[in-house]
Amino acid sequence: MLNATVAELSSALAARRISSVELAQLFLDRIERLNGVLNAFITVDAEHTLKEARRADASRARQDAGPLTGIPIAHKDIYCTRGLRTTCGSRMLANFVSPYDARVIERLAEAGMVTLGKTNMDEFAMGSSNETSYFGPVRNAWSAACVPGGSSGGSAVAVSARMAPAATGTDTGGSIRQPAALTGICGLKPTYGLVSRYGMIAFASSLDQGGPMARTAQDLALLLNAMAGFDNRDSTSVERAPEDYSRMLELDLAGLRIGVPAEFFGEGLDAAVRKQVEGAMRWYGEQGARMVPVRLPNAGLALPVYYVLAPAEASSNLARYDGVRYGHRAQDCADLLDMYVRTRTEGFGEEVKRRILVGTYVLSHGYYDAYYLQAQKLRRLIARDFAAAYHDCDLIMGPTAPTTAFALGAKMDDPVQMYLNDIYTIPAPLAGLPALSIPCGFDAKGLPVGLQLTGNYFSEALLLGMAHRYQQASDWHLRVPAETPL
Amino acid sequence: MSLSKDEVDRIARLARLAVRPDESAAVLERLNRVLGMIETMRAVDTRGVEPMAHALDVVQRLRPDAVTESDQHAALQAVAPAVERDLYLVPKVIE
Repeated sequence: MLNATVAELSSALAARRISSVELAQLFLDRIERLNGVLNAFITVDAEHTLKEARRADASRARQDAGPLTGIPIAHKDIYCTRGLRTTCGSRMLANFVSPYDARVIERLAEAGMVTLGKTNMDEFAMGSSNETSYFGPVRNAWSAACVPGGSSGGSAVAVSARMAPAATGTDTGGSIRQPAALTGICGLKPTYGLVSRYGMIAFASSLDQGGPMARTAQDLALLLNAMAGFDNRDSTSVERAPEDYSRMLELDLAGLRIGVPAEFFGEGLDAAVRKQVEGAMRWYGEQGARMVPVRLPNAGLALPVYYVLAPAEASSNLARYDGVRYGHRAQDCADLLDMYVRTRTEGFGEEVKRRILVGTYVLSHGYYDAYYLQAQKLRRLIARDFAAAYHDCDLIMGPTAPTTAFALGAKMDDPVQMYLNDIYTIPAPLAGLPALSIPCGFDAKGLPVGLQLTGNYFSEALLLGMAHRYQQASDWHLRVPAETPL
Repeated sequence: MSLSKDEVDRIARLARLAVRPDESAAVLERLNRVLGMIETMRAVDTRGVEPMAHALDVVQRLRPDAVTESDQHAALQAVAPAVERDLYLVPKVIE
């Protein structure tokens, strides 16, 4: 059961081969056994989990069960959960217990899912290796000496090490897709506005988007069906008719046009990653899909543009942490200003402070036009490049990350080297487009490689169909990490 | 461009953060690396390009001007560091 997909667990629960309580206990036991080394979870509350599992079993006994009723899920610690602390990986919120649930948490609970715990993450989702967490780094189950990627690294490792069948994540510049790639699982960043941001702690609000992480594309579709939907408490939530994201899983690949941008295969791409990604593309070609060269001429500007816009929005969003209404407050302060400064200096870690400083600088008097406004104009050019490319292709394919997982500590002294991990994942959120990552092989060290599919707006069903077809013919996504045997 | 120590101190003041003297050199060096990377986008000619503030071109929703929230101050203030008589407490501001 630990190795089963969400779809398989759904059948097992429906056939009464296992109860939700038994299932939850299996995963709780596995978390207890593995979390000491992997550090994927910040908070686990077995009583809370078992209570939800009993409720799911009771619903099923009343014939009131859906496809996700009773299935356990781990939540990234960026989603507010009533009665279970929400830290966002920060000392600032180390003891914060939210008075309300995020909309995503509500929706998944309404679908009957059972919360296994809250997963570790880079502080305030700022990082690409899960090393900026106040609660310590997460380790990769494929090699404990390596990072799992970030910022949703705890969720990625929870799923990869079979401590949870599925998890929630959030993606601002790659925080779902890059850790999914580095840990050999699947992750989807939906079109901006599809999944409610209500109760999802804000980093860069024009980019932040929640999404599912699981071991198969089919599972991502099941989860997205429950996560997506209009929410009037999120001012940028999109009003659209609900759709079934599983509807294209049996997609016919013949004649589909796959855009291949040269910009995603240039300098900096590891040879082993390139080889595996090209292998997957060859498979699609054999099924009758057509490879079309496309250009994203401004893709090279995405990294600097992102590192203006995201810190600018973060510096504004994180102004709320002032020690007055919730979170950490410095002790024995001389006056109000002293309290603000010491609260924030003590409560935030180095990377968060760096991004607040960058954001404050690019928004400050005299620099706004040169940095912030210029970045917003370039964001438009990047979005236009995608729009032009989608005239010639149905989706875009390439690597998710330039390398496989790297050693803990390897990039912590140079922020720019760390930022380069997200070079292929940043363009999609700047344009607001959906993108997913699925496993497509391993390098010589046995570390997983991710394939990224980027679609046009609201093309999640197509992307999931493309990914599912590949997974019917490959077994990369079924491999169990070496360090966490079943 | 490269920031000086004084400029970093000024930005930190605006952001309500303090940079300790013993970490100031490292903070400055890493900040300048990031700004150096950002610098590459400034040379691009963007005359006539409409700034893109948002991923989707949607307008803000409006709703009727009616009260929709109930009083939840007890739940919201329960997580505050210091509260007295329903008010948030901060260090003395006016003598």
